[in-house]
Amino acid sequence: MLEINNLHVKLEEEEKEILKGVDLKVEAGKVHAIMGPNGSGKSTLSYVLSGRDGYEVTQGSATLDGNDLLELEPEERAAAGLFLAFQYPVEIPGVGNMTFLRTAVNAQRKARGEEELSAAEFLKDIRAKAKALKIDADMLKRPVNVGFSGGEKKRNEILQMAMLEPKMCILDETDSGLDVDAMKLVSEGVNALRDEGRSFLVITHYQRLLDHIKPDVVHIMADGQIVKSGGPELALEVEHNGYGDILAEVN
Amino acid sequence: MALPQPNQTATEERLTSLTMPDAGCTRKAREAALSRVREMGLPGRRDEYWKYTRPDTLVSAEAPPAAVFHNDEPMLFSEFDRLKIVFVDGVFSPDASDELELEGVKIDRLEDICCKDIHWAKELYGVLEARGQKPVQRPLAALNTAFATDGVAIHVTGKPSKPISLIYRHESETSDAILHHIVRVETDAEVTILENGPAASRFNKCMEIDIADGGTLHHIRAQGRDHQRRAATHMFTRMGSEAVYKSFTLTVNGVLTRNEQVVELTGDDAVAHVSGACVGDGDFHHDDTVFITHDAVNCESRQVFKKVLRNGATGVFQGKILVKEGAQKTDGYQISQSLLLDDDSQFLAKPELEIYADDVACSHGSTSGAIDETALFYLRSRGVPTEDATDMLTLAFLAEAVEEIEDEDLADVIVSRLKDWLARRR
Repeated sequence: MLEINNLHVKLEEEEKEILKGVDLKVEAGKVHAIMGPNGSGKSTLSYVLSGRDGYEVTQGSATLDGNDLLELEPEERAAAGLFLAFQYPVEIPGVGNMTFLRTAVNAQRKARGEEELSAAEFLKDIRAKAKALKIDADMLKRPVNVGFSGGEKKRNEILQMAMLEPKMCILDETDSGLDVDAMKLVSEGVNALRDEGRSFLVITHYQRLLDHIKPDVVHIMADGQIVKSGGPELALEVEHNGYGDILAEVN
Repeated sequence: MALPQPNQTATEERLTSLTMPDAGCTRKAREAALSRVREMGLPGRRDEYWKYTRPDTLVSAEAPPAAVFHNDEPMLFSEFDRLKIVFVDGVFSPDASDELELEGVKIDRLEDICCKDIHWAKELYGVLEARGQKPVQRPLAALNTAFATDGVAIHVTGKPSKPISLIYRHESETSDAILHHIVRVETDAEVTILENGPAASRFNKCMEIDIADGGTLHHIRAQGRDHQRRAATHMFTRMGSEAVYKSFTLTVNGVLTRNEQVVELTGDDAVAHVSGACVGDGDFHHDDTVFITHDAVNCESRQVFKKVLRNGATGVFQGKILVKEGAQKTDGYQISQSLLLDDDSQFLAKPELEIYADDVACSHGSTSGAIDETALFYLRSRGVPTEDATDMLTLAFLAEAVEEIEDEDLADVIVSRLKDWLARRR
């Protein structure tokens, strides 16, 4: 599914290197988690994979099912099946949530040579999926994320993911800003999408999200590299002892 | 001793090119207006009020020629049931117009108001324009009062079942049209007036609107697509207690447009909203100049202007709220914003507040910016191609102005025109 080899990335404007040779392979149907201290490069990795401006790849590769992601525009990556749930979902005044989602769904279908969804089909689909995430009709009509609470924004990200049905989902600190109930709701939304053809990369600071979304593999990222990988028990170790022990052991 | 007007030569040259119509009962108002023009002089480059817009081609003796734009698109509002009043290059066309009959409203041509002895019209013609000359001079409006060759007098006494639609066709490449309309909305009456079309190569239009207590006027205007046309328009509106005036203007083309709105809230609890959306490409110059005077208690005014500019287009906004002494509880809001789609375009804004009452809430804001890169990336990351995403954000930017239109069907046709403009410029 997703294969990252020796990925080196620096900021376009500065010489500072942020990713210093990331290697990662996520197989189809698997859930991988990346944990790591602040500033270790987790969010940068998610932005670089989704094609955000401002970063320069100086070395290495990233492919999705063999397609070179780094050669594609952000919208082409989306159509190829990549999805990033933003840590800070963007508010877009003047663009209705429903209009936005329908445009996105149909743009992706068009790019893949599939037939566009009719208004009725789309409506039926979104109503069912919104209901599961406790997103009401009013939230669908409002401008994208405008006036949404932190929890509503994150649920809206998961709704987009459910509607777009990507192959590779990256969740960037989706648990940040969520209370216990909201985290449960969001996790249920994610778990409902787990499928043998779909993979997840869950970026988080805390183990508690991983109680709800059970990972197959846990990676520890520090200073722009993945320094240790293991099973779910690695997340528990971090929860109990912090990153200090692991980083000391690696160094 | 009268000082010589700096622009005297240009003014006299322009006046020589015009003939005052033999207009019976408006004669006195026209002559008074002519004296005002001579006293003020036509605007010149050094006039402060014309700092951002060059008036040369609006005051020159001859109108610069403008090619007529041909296309197969139906004219705006075609699908609406409305009473059509058509002017071709500034001349009323009885053949193209509907019968001027509609319940709740009486419509007459300007030239008929004297023989029919229509008192309200005689008492309004040139009056609000003259009032609107202070504290800022508007010589082109006085020129209009003096020399207007056509126009209609609309007297609204009830609630007509459909909008009155003023349609301005442009067929001659050298037309120089001066139209003057007067509108009186009686107590508790309500009307919608639509205006659309390029009108002429050069168009000077003035509309005086008197809204009595509790009267409502909705005005929606679209200025035609003929790119080389020039227009200077004035709307003078006086409002009684609880009167409502809502005006929206869409401009999608035109080498030069200056739209002035002069609103005077003279009765308590009146509400005035003036708004506009314009999208300009290349040698496009668009100027919204608004002057709202609060002279009564507990009135509300809103100005919402949005401009999308690219390829060297220029947008201008001069907006003022004047709150007179005693106009307590005034709620005044003004926002003017531009979206610059490249580095060559410019937006020049002069927002002003002048307040002589102590219990008021007034705010103004003006911004100029590019497409929000973060929002653009968010849309693209969901699979929306860059051009579509840019269009979505552009329409979203304009939405706040378009939302000022209360009638959703009319708002929808305005949005579809904006979408057409975006699609044409791919």
